[in-house]
Amino acid sequence: MEVLKIATAGSVDDGKSTLIGRILYDTKSLTTDKLEAIEKTSKQKGYDYLDFSLATDGLVAEREQGITIDVAHIYFSTAKKSYIIADTPGHVEYTRNMVTGASTSQASIILIDARKGVIEQTNRHFFINNLLRIKDVVVAINKMDLVDYSEEVYNKIKADFSDLMSKRDYQDQKITFIPVSALKGDNVVNKSDKMSWYKGEALLEHLEQLDKKDIYNVGTPRFPVQYVIRPKTEDFHDFRGYAGKVYGGELSVGDNILVLPSKTRSKIKDIYFYDEKYQTASRRSSVTITLENDINVSRGDMIVLENDLPTIDKQFTANICWMGASDLEVGSKYVLQHGVNKVLAKVETINHKINPDYSGIEKNVKGLGVNDIASVTFKFNKPLFFDQFKSHRTNGSFILIDTQDNSTVGAGFIQ
Amino acid sequence: MNKDTYDINSLENEAIYIIREVAAQFEKPVLLFSGGKDSITLVRLAVKAFYPAKIPFPLMHIDTGHNFPETVEFRDRLVKELGLELIVRNVQDSIDEGKVTEETGRYASRNQLQTTTLLDAIEEFKFDACIGGARRDEEKARAKERIFSVRDDFGQWDEKNQRPELFDMLNGQINLGQNVRCFPISNWTELDVWSYIEQENIEIPSIYFAHKRKVFLRDGMIWSAEDEVVYRDASEEVIEEMVRFRTVGDMSCTAAVLSEAATISKVVEEIRDSTISERGARIDDKRSEAAMEKRKQQGYF
Repeated sequence: MEVLKIATAGSVDDGKSTLIGRILYDTKSLTTDKLEAIEKTSKQKGYDYLDFSLATDGLVAEREQGITIDVAHIYFSTAKKSYIIADTPGHVEYTRNMVTGASTSQASIILIDARKGVIEQTNRHFFINNLLRIKDVVVAINKMDLVDYSEEVYNKIKADFSDLMSKRDYQDQKITFIPVSALKGDNVVNKSDKMSWYKGEALLEHLEQLDKKDIYNVGTPRFPVQYVIRPKTEDFHDFRGYAGKVYGGELSVGDNILVLPSKTRSKIKDIYFYDEKYQTASRRSSVTITLENDINVSRGDMIVLENDLPTIDKQFTANICWMGASDLEVGSKYVLQHGVNKVLAKVETINHKINPDYSGIEKNVKGLGVNDIASVTFKFNKPLFFDQFKSHRTNGSFILIDTQDNSTVGAGFIQ
Repeated sequence: MNKDTYDINSLENEAIYIIREVAAQFEKPVLLFSGGKDSITLVRLAVKAFYPAKIPFPLMHIDTGHNFPETVEFRDRLVKELGLELIVRNVQDSIDEGKVTEETGRYASRNQLQTTTLLDAIEEFKFDACIGGARRDEEKARAKERIFSVRDDFGQWDEKNQRPELFDMLNGQINLGQNVRCFPISNWTELDVWSYIEQENIEIPSIYFAHKRKVFLRDGMIWSAEDEVVYRDASEEVIEEMVRFRTVGDMSCTAAVLSEAATISKVVEEIRDSTISERGARIDDKRSEAAMEKRKQQGYF
């Protein structure tokens, strides 16, 4: 079955958890025991409605403060699709969680409180969705019940949001506006009868009709070698298989390939998925490949089509989202993980920083603090094989790891 | 003749990718095997990930001594058939060594005691990665869990300070003394697991299918009365019912459900129509709203 991962973004109190709870409720995905727990807790808190946010806020601190701190994953399915929703927090200080949730998603929902309209946070949410090149974005204008389901309010927000859209870098992004009330269930799973002026689809209807071609960015095939399989058994004495995931496009038996960094030529001999041989390895499949020639290939090497090479270099410039507790500065060193490959990277220059309100850029920046987004040039101790993020989402992204405590401190998008 | 391209199962491919990352990034990984359907699924995925080579890490079972006998038999047969290495460590030993104290009373369970035995075993073998079959849809604290989840020297989970996981890149770098719990089927739901078992024709212990069993009722749940392990009052009447188990944990904390589903396709059908969540039959989660989060902080799997 098809799995669709969706990121959500909204400010505190925009009703994000309520929206997700509403989707679960209306698709009958909440089981009786979970529903009973929600009823019980809502009652204890003295609410006269069901507090669906209780279905998603999993940590004690979150329930105490009534906010979402960390990314939670919520699962439900319809007859057509399986869905995974990354519920990401709306707090300013939690930008890193939003980038995290969006980095694995193919579609996203940005929530706007109809009473507040487009606010500074909305800028940030949209900017991140654009930076991550999410192909399908839904702008859900929530709490329509509190503005008397007014078409005027909806149109005003749509017009304000369109101003943001004109400034975006990724113009192919498809954006759909839907007026909803998560609390009352209008236009979430079921079409509302209170907004006859709205002719579009309900939120779930929109997600249901999204096709693979609407959500995946296709590029050229890249095959980073994850693991070398050498059984050394009697039946497979000379077997040397390269296990990995196919990124970007398809690979087929007989394809002329190059192994990077050695640039050794060969041909794909067999493609295995478990004990079956296939003619073609699809995008995103975890296969094992054997080559015609007996050459030396190890983890971190990359198999590519010989007439379609990535950039091979010991430096690049990238947009990064900084997540570390201590500042990133010129000269700082990090482990840079690009797919399954790791190099040591040094910050060469910080070219510019994006203003927190996304109004423009700031030059002559000394260092980056947590949640800053900036253009940075890195140099490495050995070459990487990369593409631009805009042409290849998987081979154009990387993470930064602190050399001291090994935590993940940044995400990058190669320019 | 090669087969054409195929329609990929994205969850299966994701899990295989994760298992290969564990084998590549860690010195000494181990697969935590309970004999339950999730860990059996993991073994299947690991076989696929490394074919035609053998799984390059051992299995470890933390035996509470309160397992269903069917599960233990099944475990031993599976390991033998696949030629795998199995490590068993017993909660009873931790009790005998005075490291933990057995709970008493109606709700006594060895479920919590497992944690000590597990942490000791990790230290004994110097495992740096433990692969587990936990899924995010099981429980809301698990919904926040990472695929690579770092534990400190004390095996503890710091839920407020987790590493962000971006794209499909898994950061397995750790400091001395730390280890990582790895969850390849994080994104699977209960139904996904059952559908996969059906599709792959994977053998699972018989207690997952409907069978006649002597049981008794307590707190609206159905408990097995066939073993000494589950505490029963004299007033709690034993009856015979057609039941099956939806999760297979410790006998003392796993309740049965009434069911006629005696085949895998019937089980899948039943799960699809079910309105009670899987962990609804686990008394260990009912202790409080935050029961799972608390146990995880202490190092529970």
